[in-house]
Amino acid sequence: MARIGVFVCWCGSNIAGTVDVAKVAEEASKIPGVVCAVDYKYMCSDPGQNSLRKMIREQKLTGLVLAACSPHMHENTFRRAAVKEGLNPYFVEIANIREQVSWVHEDKERATQKAIDLTKMMVEKVKKDRPIEDVKVPLTKRALVIGGGIAGIQAALDTANGGVQVILVEKEPSIGGRMIQLDETFPTLDCSSCIMTPKMVEVRQHPNIKLYTYSEIEDISGYIGNFKIKIKKKTRSVLEKDCTGCGECWNACPMHKNVKSEFNADMSERTAIYVPFPQAVPLIPVLDRSACLHYKKGGKCQKCFDACGPKCIDFGLRDEIIEEEVGAIIAATGYDLMDNSLYGEYGYGKYKDVVSGLQFERLLSASGPTEGVIRRPSDGKTPQTIVFIQCVGSRDPEKGVPYCSKVCCMYTAKHAKLFAHKVRDSQSYVFYIDIRATGKGYEEFVRSAMEQDGAVYLRGRVSRIYEDNGKLIVKGADTLSGTQVEIAADMVVLATGVIPKKDSDRLARMLGISYDKYGFFTESHPKLRPTESSTAGIFLAGMAQGPRDIPESVVSGSAAASKVLGLFSKSEYEVEGTIANVNEATCVACFYCQRVCAYHAITGKEIKDRNGNIVKVVANVNPGLCTGCGACVSACFSKSIDVKGFMDDQIYAEIKSLGV
Amino acid sequence: MIMKKEDINSNPDPRIIAFVCNWCTYSGADLAGTGRMKYSDNVRIIKLPCSGRIDPLFIVEAFKKGARGVLVSGCHPGDCHYTSGNYHSRRKYAAFRDLLGFLGIDLNRVEFSWISASEGNKWVSVVNEFTEKIKSLEDSSTDIFRK
Ligand SMILES: Cc1cc2nc3c(=O)[nH]c(=O)nc-3n(C[C@H](O)[C@H](O)[C@H](O)COP(=O)(O)OP(=O)(O)OC[C@H]3O[C@@H](n4cnc5c(N)ncnc54)[C@H](O)[C@@H]3O)c2cc1C
Ligand code: SF4
Ligand code: SF4
Repeated sequence: MARIGVFVCWCGSNIAGTVDVAKVAEEASKIPGVVCAVDYKYMCSDPGQNSLRKMIREQKLTGLVLAACSPHMHENTFRRAAVKEGLNPYFVEIANIREQVSWVHEDKERATQKAIDLTKMMVEKVKKDRPIEDVKVPLTKRALVIGGGIAGIQAALDTANGGVQVILVEKEPSIGGRMIQLDETFPTLDCSSCIMTPKMVEVRQHPNIKLYTYSEIEDISGYIGNFKIKIKKKTRSVLEKDCTGCGECWNACPMHKNVKSEFNADMSERTAIYVPFPQAVPLIPVLDRSACLHYKKGGKCQKCFDACGPKCIDFGLRDEIIEEEVGAIIAATGYDLMDNSLYGEYGYGKYKDVVSGLQFERLLSASGPTEGVIRRPSDGKTPQTIVFIQCVGSRDPEKGVPYCSKVCCMYTAKHAKLFAHKVRDSQSYVFYIDIRATGKGYEEFVRSAMEQDGAVYLRGRVSRIYEDNGKLIVKGADTLSGTQVEIAADMVVLATGVIPKKDSDRLARMLGISYDKYGFFTESHPKLRPTESSTAGIFLAGMAQGPRDIPESVVSGSAAASKVLGLFSKSEYEVEGTIANVNEATCVACFYCQRVCAYHAITGKEIKDRNGNIVKVVANVNPGLCTGCGACVSACFSKSIDVKGFMDDQIYAEIKSLGV
Repeated sequence: MIMKKEDINSNPDPRIIAFVCNWCTYSGADLAGTGRMKYSDNVRIIKLPCSGRIDPLFIVEAFKKGARGVLVSGCHPGDCHYTSGNYHSRRKYAAFRDLLGFLGIDLNRVEFSWISASEGNKWVSVVNEFTEKIKSLEDSSTDIFRK
């Protein structure tokens, strides 16, 4: 027999000012099953909780209803008090008579009636509460980081330094991401490779990091604490452990004029066997079979093989599939740039000297195609006048994307500065819509591009670019002075908007995490859970979530690592027990529940008899994946699945109690 | 189950039952409380984990137990705590309406809305407007279950 205690809180005058709390207690005491009903000034205070605990003991209560503030405030407080007296925490229900009654209604009589109704409702619910045990899930204490840009590298290093083994999977032949392609970085102008290379080497040498480059995720299954990963390690056609990175092979390769270098943003060529850049980590070449003569000409060329001292080139090597088990995943797959050719008026692709911001980075870089001397692609001459155009593709819902790419204002100012530093008496013009320079030292940085380095900023759009006599004529508007401007430039640099990495939506689906309409991964809560994905055990970092610069990418990488370390600091992962539960006796294995479950929490389970013969198959809920949303419950026609804490009979009892 | 018109008297103080999800609308209603916004006191909230938990039979049951209006509210599509629970409910709502209509329930008495945790004011206006609507239905007709 249920023995329910009802505790009506005054919350000082917050509740008692509008609700007749004594009357609520009196009415509650008349409900069958209620053995005591009291009101008290502050239930959440220590004396309040002590009186509650005393009552549980003396009255041998089996369930509690607190008519008080919102359960989001003190449900846990009262549950803890109940646990201390040996009650299951889920035998505590809250009637929210503050936020839903006293604070929003004025008529005392009607407010009191509503408070009584809500209390009755919770009494009926608590009568049907069953004990719920939180579920413990074992944890495989290893982490997977996907993407070896600065965000992934930071996440991997922090996690590994915390004593956890990390598997870092990078799609490209080297880690480093976009940052290693950059020259100097705003707002301090430190050289990107000088600060990035040591981190890349640290990853390579870290005893807790296992690095898979030129590799992709093939499949992911499982759930928090227990993910199974299949990694496709594409073959480099090189026996990695023997390779010394000496470079004899790529120096011997005859195919040096055919393939554009991805690393140099198509501004130079590379050989068929190549390393993307001299500081690549690992420094092991990849043989690009689509460009290699050996495969094209039936095995005739094997110049690299001949040149290789340790004889580690093997034309017959195959891709490998590697399986790993991890307990947590960090997705840090970064970004791509939009396609500039959408903007025909800017002449990208038509005029060689119209380049993207990333290409300009490569022209600035000492490791770039021009060894850091700015030379324009058409004739190799050093430009004297450059026009920079901001917001190409960004903030343009019609042709591009509506969002702001966040880094372009800053890197354009950087480009203007570096151009001024490298080419004497040069002049740059920047067309902009707004200047967004909100980071630490950022506004000052943009100012110095204008004031110290003489960049002329023009607020307005460029309408057309055409070539005339070896010059690019840029026509645009200066909306501040209200005039049309025409600039004869030697080069034009487009600050192209950023978009999520190609195929990141495919990866998101594999991971079972949500992404926005552009393909950026979405966080579990934009403000309060910015590093968690919608799926437990999967965390996010870097530009894969949306535009951000290096400092922010590093912060998010560290944040994701700390989440992983926090998760792994416990011996098991505890999930709230309010999850779905299948009645195996009545389940007819229609699996309608499986179809509506957004978390892939439902699988089939075979029930066998003593001899091991399968008697039937039933739905089975994975506690690591189930969130207790309850979508499955209303999908089940045979009423064989229910969510603990929100069972059908409880909700019907609540409805019934409200009957008039 | 079908009640006849003459069995029900028009109710000047109609009871409204609201099924709301824990994460968004319940918190939105909390916010209305914290902001001391005043609204109609005819509504009684039943908390569900997610709007995906709503079952058409809850609505039918609410009417059977004397509710004169039923409000169902969850998170906005896209910011559901449970990824896509509310997409399911949105798709379900369409099917629900057909079912409720088939059962003869006056669909004017069922309201679906999306109210986020930050929309205390929207909760207030939805409740007030719906209560007004139900009251005016009470004045003009007494039907919940059409004959
Ligand atoms: C022209 C330009 C100049 C910039 N200048 C600056 C600057 O001066 N200062 C500054 O703070 N910021 C600058 N930025 C921004 C900076 O580049 C980014 O903030 C930073 O690179 C984001 O790092 P990330 O690790 O999130 O992404 P990325 O650098 O894009 O790294 C992602 C990595 O993940 C890998 N990957 C992708 N998909 C997969 C997959 N499915 N499986 C495995 N691996 C995968 C990629 O190959 C890549 O290595 C600039 C950006 C541009 C475009
Ligand atoms: S020649 Fe051989 S050892 Fe040297 S880099 Fe090429 S594959 Fe490696
Ligand atoms: S409660 Fe939600 S998450 Fe759990 S099994 Fe049912 S539909 Fe899936």
